[in-house]
Amino acid sequence: MRRASLALARRALMTTLRRPQFLAPLVIFPSLFLAINTGGLHRSTDLPGFPHVHGFLDFQLAAAMCQSLMLGGVGAGIATALEIEGGFFDRLVASPIPRVAIPLGRIMAGSVISAMQVVYFLAIGLIFGAHIAAGVPGVLLVMLIGVATGTGFCALGVMLALRARNASTVQGIFPLVFVVLFVSSAFFPRRLLSHPADWVAAYNPLSYVADGIRDPIISPLTTSTAIEGLIAALAIAALGIALSVAALRGRLREA
Amino acid sequence: MPAIEVLQLEREYKGGLRAVDGIDLEVAPGEVYGFLGPNGAGKTTTVRMLVTLLRPTGGRALVAGHDVATEPHLVRKRIGVALQEAALDLLMTGRELMELQATLHGIPSRDVAQRSAELIERVGLSRAAERRVATYSGGMRRRLDLAMALIHAPEVLFLDEPTTGLDPVSRVALWAEVRRLRDEGTTVFLTTQYLEEADQLADRVGIINAGRIVAEGTPAALKAEVGRPHLDLTFTEDADLEHARAVLERFGDHRPAAEGCHLSIAIAGGATEIAPVVRALDDEGLIVASLELVQPTLDDVFVEKTGRHLEGAEQAAPAPVPEPAA
Repeated sequence: MRRASLALARRALMTTLRRPQFLAPLVIFPSLFLAINTGGLHRSTDLPGFPHVHGFLDFQLAAAMCQSLMLGGVGAGIATALEIEGGFFDRLVASPIPRVAIPLGRIMAGSVISAMQVVYFLAIGLIFGAHIAAGVPGVLLVMLIGVATGTGFCALGVMLALRARNASTVQGIFPLVFVVLFVSSAFFPRRLLSHPADWVAAYNPLSYVADGIRDPIISPLTTSTAIEGLIAALAIAALGIALSVAALRGRLREA
Repeated sequence: MPAIEVLQLEREYKGGLRAVDGIDLEVAPGEVYGFLGPNGAGKTTTVRMLVTLLRPTGGRALVAGHDVATEPHLVRKRIGVALQEAALDLLMTGRELMELQATLHGIPSRDVAQRSAELIERVGLSRAAERRVATYSGGMRRRLDLAMALIHAPEVLFLDEPTTGLDPVSRVALWAEVRRLRDEGTTVFLTTQYLEEADQLADRVGIINAGRIVAEGTPAALKAEVGRPHLDLTFTEDADLEHARAVLERFGDHRPAAEGCHLSIAIAGGATEIAPVVRALDDEGLIVASLELVQPTLDDVFVEKTGRHLEGAEQAAPAPVPEPAA
């Protein structure tokens, strides 16, 4: 299974990189949000209760990463749905490989793309004056949480594609990305959110992911925040993979 | 042991649509079996069950000796599949796709590149191998699809309407490749809606309509079942058609013919009777402008069995038949 999964991951990665229309949203939307928010809301850091940060860009990097990773999940879902629509998925199903390798290959490619997304936003941040307060260990933690989260969102995208079987339905969840983001602490500190947004954010796993990514950027490592962020990211990944494998099995059972 | 053995195979979809309704068929090793029928007859559903993409809701099917329902993984190792509408990743090159297919079929890493190159060369795509599939013509995509299906030298090859939408030249090239596979001993299960394709390629033909096999046999036997060849004659405008009709009655029964100077008779002896007919007409001073000996077609078989013409029947005759590739 390892050989088949790796071959399919390599192929998914290659074709994603050859499809600029899929890659562009992962970079352009979050970069625009990052630029607009950083430019227009930088005085937010003066608000009472706002965490001490070197600059608003430092605070916003986590939001940009979360947004990009979620859009990566939508992209993985659309790519899978297009394979189903175009019949390539059937070709894979008719191959003598463990069928679970089919979603796993796509999800593994999603992990690699997630790492590239995190590196891109860290690089953009550093170029425009952000600081990584926790240094190299902080970068590694950001990478770890980012890749686990991106993997989970890719798996959820694949799950949705396997259920919906068409790209337009998967594309339809695009606005949901923003809803989930805005009801989390990705763009604003949870303690400054008013009720009921603060309550929803407390139950939104993305809040813990965003805080886990943000914490090593704006401050020295905080164990509890790092653990919460890691647990949330790994939970999203585990849940996503489990659901995508279940969706594949369900689809094959229905055939 | 048959390469394919199907017993009372059924597939009923949700809502009660019975796409395949208890079919039986047997394909011998090395045989090209043509599965002929109009759109919606159940051809693709049957193929999808035989290649393990769809579960039968009744009956049993063995492919290469393995049950498609209980041993699908063993079936998949022994079959090659080229489904309707070549399902290729347009963003990959021909070589990349071939190598992926080789890897998925468990060909050792050290052999992947060589085996892929061999197959690409076999289907005449060597010069296009490094180009993305998006730039390929329909015929090239079909050839690549076929090459991918052959990467692991399958015992049984399933081709689902492999030439639908292809131009005559590409169709002829693909036919040549199917003949070559037959010569090499590969069993080929070919679905088609083109009569000429089934007639030219298949050792035996199964005709499916509304989920049931309505006729099965060699093309020649099936055509012989439905009748004799007939001779269509066109006379010059000043010919005495009643006189001609009387002369022709000596050779066979009259058949309905087009309006005007046309007559048609069924003749039992085929081409051997043309000369006597012409001679008799000539002796009576009746001038024949043109004549054509028309053999029964598989469409006639389809009409006989179902009461209607097969879709695409008019596309039956365009392409010349090439010699098998050396």
